[in-house]
Amino acid sequence: MSSWLVVVISACYLGILFAVAYWGDRRKDAGRSVISNGTIYALSLAVYATSWTFYGSVGRAADTGAGFLPIYLGPTIMAAFWWFLLRSMIRSSKRHRITSLADLVAHRYGNSAVLGGLVTVIAVIGVVPYIALQLKAVSDTFVVLNSGAVTVAPESATTPVLQDTALYVALSLAAFTIVFGTRHLDASERHEGMVAAIALESCVKLVAFLAGGLFVTFGIFDGVGDLVGRAASNPDAAALFTLQPHTSYQSWFWLIVLSMFAILFLPRQFQVAVVENVDERHVNTAIWLFPLYLLAINLFVLPIAVGGLLVFDHGDVNPDTFVLALPITAGQPLIALTVFVGGLSAATGMVIVETIALATMVSNSLVLPSLLWFERRLARTPVASAPAATGAGLPLASFGYGGDLGRLTLRIRRTTIVGVLLLGYAYFRLAGEGPALVAIGLVSFAAVAQFAPAIIGGLLWRGGTRNGALVGLLAGFAVWTYTLLLPTFARSGWLSESFLVEGPWGVGLLRPEQLFGLHGMDDISHGMFWSMLLNAGCYVVVSMLGREPRRPATLRVGAELTGLDGEPGLSRVSVDELQILLQRFLGTEAAKDVLEDYLRARENPDSPLATSRVADGELVRQVEVLLSGAVGTTSARVMVASVVNENEPLHVDEVMDILDEASQVLAYSRELERKSQELERATAELREANERLQDLDRLKDEFVSSVSHELRTPLTSIRAFSEILLDNIDLPGEEREKFLRIVVDETERLTRLINQVLDMSKLASGTVHWNISDVDLGRVVEDSATACEQLFEQRGAQLTVSVPPHVPTIRADRDRLVQVMLNLLSNAAKFCAPVDGQVSVKLGVEHDDLRVDVTDNGDGIPPTDQERIFERFQQGGNGDQGTGLGLPISREIIRHFGGRFWVQSTPWHGATFSFTVPMQPIGAGRKADV
Amino acid sequence: VTSTRVLIVDDEPNIVISLEFLMKQQGYETATAADGRTALSEADRFRPDLVLLDITLPELDGFQVCEQLRAEHGSDMGIIMLTARGREAEVAKGLALGADAYVTKPFSTRDLVGTVHEILGTP
Repeated sequence: MSSWLVVVISACYLGILFAVAYWGDRRKDAGRSVISNGTIYALSLAVYATSWTFYGSVGRAADTGAGFLPIYLGPTIMAAFWWFLLRSMIRSSKRHRITSLADLVAHRYGNSAVLGGLVTVIAVIGVVPYIALQLKAVSDTFVVLNSGAVTVAPESATTPVLQDTALYVALSLAAFTIVFGTRHLDASERHEGMVAAIALESCVKLVAFLAGGLFVTFGIFDGVGDLVGRAASNPDAAALFTLQPHTSYQSWFWLIVLSMFAILFLPRQFQVAVVENVDERHVNTAIWLFPLYLLAINLFVLPIAVGGLLVFDHGDVNPDTFVLALPITAGQPLIALTVFVGGLSAATGMVIVETIALATMVSNSLVLPSLLWFERRLARTPVASAPAATGAGLPLASFGYGGDLGRLTLRIRRTTIVGVLLLGYAYFRLAGEGPALVAIGLVSFAAVAQFAPAIIGGLLWRGGTRNGALVGLLAGFAVWTYTLLLPTFARSGWLSESFLVEGPWGVGLLRPEQLFGLHGMDDISHGMFWSMLLNAGCYVVVSMLGREPRRPATLRVGAELTGLDGEPGLSRVSVDELQILLQRFLGTEAAKDVLEDYLRARENPDSPLATSRVADGELVRQVEVLLSGAVGTTSARVMVASVVNENEPLHVDEVMDILDEASQVLAYSRELERKSQELERATAELREANERLQDLDRLKDEFVSSVSHELRTPLTSIRAFSEILLDNIDLPGEEREKFLRIVVDETERLTRLINQVLDMSKLASGTVHWNISDVDLGRVVEDSATACEQLFEQRGAQLTVSVPPHVPTIRADRDRLVQVMLNLLSNAAKFCAPVDGQVSVKLGVEHDDLRVDVTDNGDGIPPTDQERIFERFQQGGNGDQGTGLGLPISREIIRHFGGRFWVQSTPWHGATFSFTVPMQPIGAGRKADV
Repeated sequence: VTSTRVLIVDDEPNIVISLEFLMKQQGYETATAADGRTALSEADRFRPDLVLLDITLPELDGFQVCEQLRAEHGSDMGIIMLTARGREAEVAKGLALGADAYVTKPFSTRDLVGTVHEILGTP
């Protein structure tokens, strides 16, 4: 196939990609995102499948059978954890506007610029072999397709650089990526068009690989059964269907771990999975769709590998190119071209996303912070401190960009893209010829795996410190370089072979692939073991040894003001912004006063404060101090920082501190509230108790006063008549007898009164002795009526009694019930009509109670008095012989048995006194002390 | 010759009987009332020289009666308050309202008669 045709087709394909990307960006600008669905998201994640997958998997399968699988098992396992891991990474990255892996690590460890830079360097160096892998794949397959010579391994090491296909592949990919990903500077570092194109590429490479696989399985051979049958007779192919004896479980374990880390920490995976994520719900789709994609693209790996081994003689054809070589050999250029485009899309997808992700990291975490640092150093020297004509005082003004950091950033990114691809090409030239695709890729995987302790440790362990992460990363990276990177150079002959075999300077213990005598492991497992051990070990030990003291808040804000955090153009804050912040906590007037005072105090026409109303560090500090009074220091710092620098990411410790502080304040105020409520309640109770006591005291006074009054009344008569009798011994017998009768009556009244007072006080204090027995209330009523017969006869009144034949007995004190009845009957006799007095007593069953009504036909009781008559010493009638205690005592007794006691009366139409006693002795058992 | 008239006001019938006996023994003409309102109408009708006035009364209490008697009949009418409530505050209140003397129950018949003579200015 002529090379110009391949180039033209490749160019057309890239053109289509570009069109899709352009369309995607336009749609985004129009607010109608094309990538906002879970399927596109999952397809963009499939950028994981590169030309390593496309060509390298077959190569590895031809060598080790199922040995290509761990690289896909790892991500499949990890996908199960995406539900919380990836979602929480997306959430926190969006909140803190994290735009790269370096950002993520730096953010976790106190915005350490050094750490961000280190991560960037590791990422770039670690990924270079991977880029080389793509270049190698594209140029190898280009040569194969172009020449049709499948058995000839291209010898680029001998090819002059300028005639090397790989160089032109690298340069054209760089140009394409620059046009593709850095046309404009996106504040959020999101590239919707790119994601759309990547999703399309994922479809293309899947379809192309499936086409190749179907052709091999069903075109060259007669289906899977035929393949397996023929493989059984070929020793090389048959071996692929068994787990080979040299397959090490250890190696499988490390490969799965590697690929689990890779799917999270490869810069391009972080880019598409986190930075480019539109909606975290898309993760839900990706969790099943992405593993399904991996399964689909691996479906024909073994058939192609087996087919290649069956068709080609042993060692003639590089197994990495089987998928392309088989259609060519079979004379199917169209299928071969399809496969090539698939491989091209796998490679370009990876290169585009990877270099864009790296470019963001390099510009934001490495170059800009360095320039700022350099500028600050420059400013300290007197010569360079003369203000530039324009843009004085703005970050990076001395570099001639006058504050337009966008142009500078774009330039850095474009340079990075070209630089990374050229580095990849250099690696390809130096080391890329020897090892297979997969071996190169695994070296890159091991490099990004070095981020795992710092990131995962940082997520799970509060104790991880900046220094711990720094030392761990450095140690892991050093071991990686020594045990994995350098050996690839050595194998390609760039370094002396003796370095591998005998160790540096002949020291056997330092042999890079048997470090400290550890052998029996493959190079990847060996390198991973040592690098992870040292990385994680250093991270933990250094973190535990030195918890760095928290820097004072003001210093932090001050540093951010000078723009040292590396985010371009966001480090200035206006006085107005601070005023708005203050208003929210101090009120409009107070905030205005504070700021105006400050501005007046620092009146200086040349200061940026006066001219542009840009706040200086001192004002920021003052605002923070003011806010601290309102919301606590940590929160104040964070709030001011959020205004000073919108991109201020939060340190986990700080979030914890805010929460702690807030919850402490909350706890205090809750406690305070609770205490004061308790106090109020106690006060209310005391007041109530005091009022009750005062009431009781007043009642007691009244009672004593009443009792003394009631006692004095009969005593007065007794004394008066006694003295009259004593002084008048010659009184006529009739009068004398009348007076003596009065004395006797009044004495009886006195006795009765004293008894009732005692009775009442016993009832009130609950010290009455109750004789509880089965009581027939009917008998009580009848007996009481009989006892009062004489009384009624004297009054000339008629008493009628109505008692039903069978009344259930109740548990009560019979004498007390008789007392109640006698009280009611004597009252009725006293208050019934003087002429033709009528009193009726009726006993009946009402619900669960027995009810007694005593009705008279007297004058009745006015409504105002109906409650009063139950009070002590409140007598109903005039000048009678009552004590004023009869009804209160009766009511106490009935209440004791759980009944009710009341009166109904219409004035001038008599009164009915009623009481009930429950048939179930609830009340009797309650107070009975029998 | 008009005899001295005494109005006895008390809601206890037995006390009224004893007071009536005592006053008649002194040769006074007596009238009785068992409540405050009757006391006022009896005072209008009977024109007593002296009123023996209980404080605890139905309708109008002794203080109110005392006040009205003073308002309607001037200071010529003698008023002796009788009460079972012997508190100082009540004594002071009764005297302030125009009572001439205050006798607590139970009283000594001789003391009472002495007080009556004193108020009436009789030997």
